[in-house]
Amino acid sequence: MTDKHHHDHHDHHHDNELDPFAARVKALETILTEKGLIDPAAIDAIVETYEHKVGPRNGARVVAKAWTDPEFAEWLARDATAAIASLGYTGRQGEHMQAVFNTPDTHNLIVCTLCSCYPWTVLGVPPVWYKAPPYRSQAVINPRGVLAEFGLKLPEETRVRVWDSTAELRYMVVPMRPVETDDLSEDELAKLITRDSMIGTGLPLRPGSLGPGALWPPQDVAGAAT
Amino acid sequence: MNGPHDLGGQMGFGPVAPEIDEPVFHADWERRALGVTLATGALGAWTIDESRHARESLHPATYYSASYYEIWIRALETLLERHGFVSADELEAGHRIWPGVTPKRVLHPGDVAGVLARGGPCNREVEAAPKFAAGDRVRTINEHPTGHTRLPRYARGKLGVIEAVREGFVFPDTNAHGKGEAPQHVYTVSFDGRELWGQGGDPALTVSIDAWESYLERA
Repeated sequence: MTDKHHHDHHDHHHDNELDPFAARVKALETILTEKGLIDPAAIDAIVETYEHKVGPRNGARVVAKAWTDPEFAEWLARDATAAIASLGYTGRQGEHMQAVFNTPDTHNLIVCTLCSCYPWTVLGVPPVWYKAPPYRSQAVINPRGVLAEFGLKLPEETRVRVWDSTAELRYMVVPMRPVETDDLSEDELAKLITRDSMIGTGLPLRPGSLGPGALWPPQDVAGAAT
Repeated sequence: MNGPHDLGGQMGFGPVAPEIDEPVFHADWERRALGVTLATGALGAWTIDESRHARESLHPATYYSASYYEIWIRALETLLERHGFVSADELEAGHRIWPGVTPKRVLHPGDVAGVLARGGPCNREVEAAPKFAAGDRVRTINEHPTGHTRLPRYARGKLGVIEAVREGFVFPDTNAHGKGEAPQHVYTVSFDGRELWGQGGDPALTVSIDAWESYLERA
């Protein structure tokens, strides 16, 4: 990369290797590695965890179980941290969990206006928009406008319940089970549960609507996250 | 502090613009930024509260023009310098020049899974009984500390109701500045939309924050 920097015709916008901030992160990693403060293989293991192992498929398993097992749903409402841990999802940014349940009268939405607090153990690392100023500024004052951007129009009388994660509790939304899903297994139900439906910016898919863009991340379609 | 991070209710940032089929990372440097941030956190030199304060202390012009991973890295450079691990000339050179401070521990690849699965619980025993109970009416304090706080501006001086009494938690306002964990009870406090946003507010909106006990007064 050092050699490339001597070329005067490169285009910063089309090559991440030449992005000035990419160079800055690379320099930092180099310094820390040379000083023995980090091990690049540990960095690889962290990235692997959040790119391929921990993601919204975890949360979908939690919701699908709550939809099919009333005792689990009750446990999830009372002690989400323990109920979620029973499925094997524990750890960083999920140490203190609270599940909030949508009802016909109330729609829940989670946000962190002060930074980027998000329930990593069940949803993975947050999407860019969740951490960016437009969502963080508007979710608490104009949530219906935010939801409309996601294509979600709620009846005026539906109460919008916004949870601003200002402390160490991490929230996940348990959406309502879609109609006409009585015949579906827990595994099939899990495929209907999108990341956004657990943030509150979306609803679960309807059966038969599975298609491109329906699931996230795409490589986890088969439930690889479990 | 009334910093650039305190965004609730601000206007003018444009649409949320959710991205269809968003990848977990948009560039390889974001992968490394996440990994380096978590791995250096494991050095044990600073708390999550100190790192949040380092991020919100970025100049507003920098904060608003940076992506979130960029905010993380800029704040991380500050923390590494502050705690003596890295110096400014090293950041400039891109290589080790000085030995620097020896950390309490270094995160090894074999320990990553265990460390991430354990996380860092911040609940703590608080001897005193909680001052408030569910259903109590409270008013948030209207203070503007220059240091770290987790009481957002839009919810200061507002009437709310205690919705839930939580456990005791490390108090960020002291912990971010190396003044101890000083744990307090935390409460989920809910506010009517019109209490927060006036008569133009959504009449069918309820917003809650999680507030440490010293953020609240009985109303």
